[in-house]
Amino acid sequence: MLYREAGQFKTTYDADQAIFPIAQDRWAVIAFAAIAFLVVPFFVNDYWTNAVLLPLLIYGLAALGLNILVGYCGQISLGTGGFMAVGAFASYKLMTSFPELNIAIVVLLSGGATALVGVMFGLPSLRIKGFYLAVATLAAQFFLVWLFNKVGWFYNYSATGQISVPERSIFGLVVTGPTAAPWVKYLFCLSFLALFGLIAKNVVRGRIGRNWMAIRDMDIAAELIGVRPLQTKLSAFAFSSFYVGMAGSLLFTIYLGAIEVTEVFGINVSFLVLFMVIIGGLGSILGSFLGATFLVLMPIFLKNFMVDGLGLLPVLAKHVEILLMGLLIMGFLIVEPHGLARMWQILKEKFRLWPFPY
Amino acid sequence: MNAFVEPATMPGSGVTKGEVLLSVANVSLAFGGVKAITDISFDIRKGEIRAIIGPNGAGKTSMLNVINGFYHPQEGTITWRGKARRKMKPYEAASQGIARTFQNVALFKGMTTLDNIMTGRGLAMKKNFLWQCLHWGPALKEEIVHRHRVEEIIDFLEIQAIRKTPVGRLPYGLQKRVELARALAMEPELLLLDEPMAGMNLEEKEDMSRFILDVNQQFGTTIALIEHDMGVVMDLSDRVVVLDYGRKIADGIPEEVQKNQDVIDAYLGVPHEE
Ligand SMILES: Nc1ncnc2c1ncn2[C@@H]1O[C@H](COP(=O)(O)OP(=O)(O)OP(=O)(O)O)[C@@H](O)[C@H]1O
Ligand SMILES: [Mg+2]
Repeated sequence: MLYREAGQFKTTYDADQAIFPIAQDRWAVIAFAAIAFLVVPFFVNDYWTNAVLLPLLIYGLAALGLNILVGYCGQISLGTGGFMAVGAFASYKLMTSFPELNIAIVVLLSGGATALVGVMFGLPSLRIKGFYLAVATLAAQFFLVWLFNKVGWFYNYSATGQISVPERSIFGLVVTGPTAAPWVKYLFCLSFLALFGLIAKNVVRGRIGRNWMAIRDMDIAAELIGVRPLQTKLSAFAFSSFYVGMAGSLLFTIYLGAIEVTEVFGINVSFLVLFMVIIGGLGSILGSFLGATFLVLMPIFLKNFMVDGLGLLPVLAKHVEILLMGLLIMGFLIVEPHGLARMWQILKEKFRLWPFPY
Repeated sequence: MNAFVEPATMPGSGVTKGEVLLSVANVSLAFGGVKAITDISFDIRKGEIRAIIGPNGAGKTSMLNVINGFYHPQEGTITWRGKARRKMKPYEAASQGIARTFQNVALFKGMTTLDNIMTGRGLAMKKNFLWQCLHWGPALKEEIVHRHRVEEIIDFLEIQAIRKTPVGRLPYGLQKRVELARALAMEPELLLLDEPMAGMNLEEKEDMSRFILDVNQQFGTTIALIEHDMGVVMDLSDRVVVLDYGRKIADGIPEEVQKNQDVIDAYLGVPHEE
């Protein structure tokens, strides 16, 4: 009986409309944010930031973006890797062309550039659906990676085709490049995720979010109540690509520092982010984070367990890991297609009834 | 039966009660070789309940689809509020005040009752993307203003208890009611109802009939109603148009239509002379 809304009466629609209507949820989120912002930075080291926290935050942002498109608007995309590459290369060009530009602005502008590209590749969505749209976005994936690999202008004609990030600071603290402190990188990415997580939550519970979901659930009925299909779908492509582009930008500038496009933004990234969304829960903001956390942490656990625990060879462990991930994903799709977010919800419903079974 | 209603004029429409709100003239629609509608003309007057009846496959649903811009007839003209209408998209028809429900429930399955109905308010909501991102200030105010309107509709249709229920979990009868609520949220001038009582038990039918009459009388909404239950049609409608094999075979007040020999033949399945 710890988790109940009994006694919490809502007397205005304002209160009923609040972001976390149940008080326990509200406090849990505030406490979680406080720990993430105020406590964790004091304890992070290089290993934790690079192996766990940064990938978690950055892929969380990408999964959030893809979930808007796939989970909320029902438009499939296999181009996430390519769109992340757009964000990364936009950042590189912006940073090398305008050295004065603040790094936070660079990340935002990179998101904006990716949004434009996303809209361009979203145009076919008016005519084609489902599987065919997936193939069209797959074409975007391969085209974009090919483009950044082929056209020298994007990597400033460097001999290797690699791009590496110049050093930048924010509030006097170095945040990109090898000298940046782990806690600065962590806080920078965390701020983006928290801010844009909040914005996403706001958008999906307003008019635009409802229009997205209407198109997803029954596009003909949506159009007959006045939802414009093209505008609505393209806004989802833009919004989603904005997030994915920022994730690509952060991945390059903050996390990796130097990249080669075919290695970092290949088709496997598109699938990885899609799996995060599916495992986390389609059409759930929280699910995006849960999915990203799950798929970032799982390989680390598996590796630690198999190599350090069972003493397997690292190569063998890697293969077993891939196999297990595949099985896990299939298991998820069969047992709980609505993902971790739905499991969490069921758990909460159980908690409300506890100690009674029904 | 509409005797007690004061002549109502919807704001902004300019069509007064009793005048022709929509007319279709010589409309024909074919899908490849299949002629769904052949040379049909009739009109709908402001404030009336106009029934469209006919056997299965007569072309009733196709007619509604033509009216709200989902199908484009090969021939004929549609006049809306006194002006000949050009070819338009369904969302344009919606923004001009035409709403509808579907023969097979077409709700947004993954959304709650409340969100389904709120979606119907979308055309009336104006706050732009940036305000939506903040969900605060003017955007929040707008959201709450429309929430109030939606709550009025929820009260009107007596669906308070299922507000927060995802519509996919509701029984069929209630889904039909939520669909009506969503259409009403658009505050339409013309409401097209495609078999709103199909598959309902007697009690649910009575409720739905009452709601339709109330909508017509309290809000002055003009209604075009497709229905197979003749009892319901006779009770609710002011005028009836009868279709059979895509053609109009009768048009008039219910008592007349009921006595019409062509109509009786069509319903009894008397073969065509041709
Ligand atoms: N999209 C379409 N493509 C091809 N044929 C169609 C299409 N829509 C309707 N038809 C055909 O047009 C004719 C009229 O169909 P319609 O659905 O309008 O009938 P109805 O009067 O609503 O029938 P019911 O009472 O069964 O709902 C039928 O022969 C149907 O097969
Ligand atoms: Mg029909």
